[in-house]
Amino acid sequence: MTEIFGIPTQALFGQLLIGLINGSFYALLSLGLAVIFGLLNIINFTHGAQYMMGAFVAYLLLNKLGIGYWWSLLIAPLIVGATGVVIERLMLSKLYKLDHLYGLLLTFGLALIVQGLFRNEYGSSGQPYQIPSQLQGGQNLGFMFLPNYRAWIILASAVVCLSTWFVIERTKLGSYLRAATENPQLVQAFGVNVPRMITLTYGFGVALAALAGVMAAPVYQVSPQMGADLIIVVFAVVVIGGMGSILGSIVTGFGLGLIEGLTKVFYPEASSTVIFIIMAIVLLVRPAGLFGTQK
Amino acid sequence: MSAGAPGSAAARKRADEQRVHLIAFFVMLAILVVAPAVVYPVFMMKVMCFALFACAFNLLIGFGGLLSFGHAMFLGSAGYASAHAAKVWGLTPELAILFGTACAALLSVGAGLLAIRRQGIYFAMITLALAQMVFFFSLQAKFTGGEDGIQGVPRGSLFGVIPLDNQLVMYAFVLAIFLVGFGLIYRAVHSPFGQVLKAIRENESRAISLGYDTDRYKLLAFVLSGTLAGLAGAIKALVFQLASLTDVHWSMSGEVVLMTLLGGMGTVFGPIVGAAVIITMQNYLAQLGAWVTVVQGVIFVVCVLAFRRGIIGELGHWLKKPL
Repeated sequence: MTEIFGIPTQALFGQLLIGLINGSFYALLSLGLAVIFGLLNIINFTHGAQYMMGAFVAYLLLNKLGIGYWWSLLIAPLIVGATGVVIERLMLSKLYKLDHLYGLLLTFGLALIVQGLFRNEYGSSGQPYQIPSQLQGGQNLGFMFLPNYRAWIILASAVVCLSTWFVIERTKLGSYLRAATENPQLVQAFGVNVPRMITLTYGFGVALAALAGVMAAPVYQVSPQMGADLIIVVFAVVVIGGMGSILGSIVTGFGLGLIEGLTKVFYPEASSTVIFIIMAIVLLVRPAGLFGTQK
Repeated sequence: MSAGAPGSAAARKRADEQRVHLIAFFVMLAILVVAPAVVYPVFMMKVMCFALFACAFNLLIGFGGLLSFGHAMFLGSAGYASAHAAKVWGLTPELAILFGTACAALLSVGAGLLAIRRQGIYFAMITLALAQMVFFFSLQAKFTGGEDGIQGVPRGSLFGVIPLDNQLVMYAFVLAIFLVGFGLIYRAVHSPFGQVLKAIRENESRAISLGYDTDRYKLLAFVLSGTLAGLAGAIKALVFQLASLTDVHWSMSGEVVLMTLLGGMGTVFGPIVGAAVIITMQNYLAQLGAWVTVVQGVIFVVCVLAFRRGIIGELGHWLKKPL
């Protein structure tokens, strides 16, 4: 068996793959957080719970209605996104004139409610979710075995991230969005319905989280706590990348996933803390984050 | 321009405020002295530990405008340190508590230096992430006992003379520490330092332009808050004779935010009332399991949407007196 730095290549590439998978979810979730933060100026603490809701909706669609993975990819984000729209209209919209910290507190409370309700209903243990039949099995690449579903996650999340980037940075709709981020009053004066745009943006960010949840369902188990710890890591990712740039949050997400995977190979004890350590270093060297601009 | 002169309106207002605080303080003291005769002493000690924790947290959010979402790291690490000192090294309780508090102080210097580099929402996310790092450290480190925690911590004898195994003696000890901590926070908030802190909360750029080194003030507030949160954690470890992962988990950081929000951010007595209400609620709803989380979430949402002054804040507003 071949080795690199005394580590079998199988193990090395296996961990790198897991790192890339985690990175895909970091990227999707931090992208959603960045999009929401850009326009609403709040950090959506419910993001982890909404990711979990996405996974649960897919699970329920399959087990109660017999609707499979591919339709869930579309339906679950729509349903969870719709709940996001309701939350924005009923609650968040009341807070825009206040200190942004209230938005954080409100969404934290909502996350507690959602996670508590799901834990009451389904307990703390995870529910399995089958990999769709088209994506079962895998490819032998010679140096490692690549399960099809994992390849799909990396590909799909990269495509979703890049199309989101394209829409925001390169289309007319995106230019409205960026303009409203800079100066909402002025954009409204030009006749753009900014409040509706804010609502839809929140719904879209939430839908991204739910999409990540559906994609995660076959990899991790579907459990009420699946988003709670993940969201804290994603916050650290966001601090490292800075929320100024969409592309920045995508690159940081994938990059940190890889670094985490490498740490698992070379120094497993630090694998759960490495992202936080990187965050501390970045704060010392570049407080605004790698891609951020200090206001 | 005789704002400070005796007889002026401002001085009268301040004297009036102090009188109100003094009355409220004696009411609280009377309740705390009588309580162990009526309520289970360990329950009251738990309330006082969390009240001190919430007061320390309130110093930062209520007067400095800094929302820390990682205050559990100070509570938990001080708990571990003092439990370790009391159990493994056999230190007397006052030394164990001192050691635990000193550890929290050191940790808060490190965490503070990093966290104050960003403001607002980022500050909250950074403190949360740092606390999560402390959580993983506590989970993996040998001396913390992982999932089991440090159990059977001896309460020992105060100064090697007064045994603390008697619940009422322990109660008096905890009450004394709580009052010292509370007094320290009250003094800090109503000092020139507290005034500068409020100025930074209201308008940081202006405070800078007036020549204040705002980073130093923020760091000092953070360290003071973290240290006192550590003090609360250290006595909590001795009261329950246990230091566990619960105290470093992010949900504990959320709980202290909830207590302060419910009691009234930026009020003197709010965090104490908030802590009492939340601990009582947890006590009576304990058999409902995950519903406690749901209820806490609902309180969060209701407080933010409709009740931002909190219990004591509303009461003070109604009485037209700052409580």
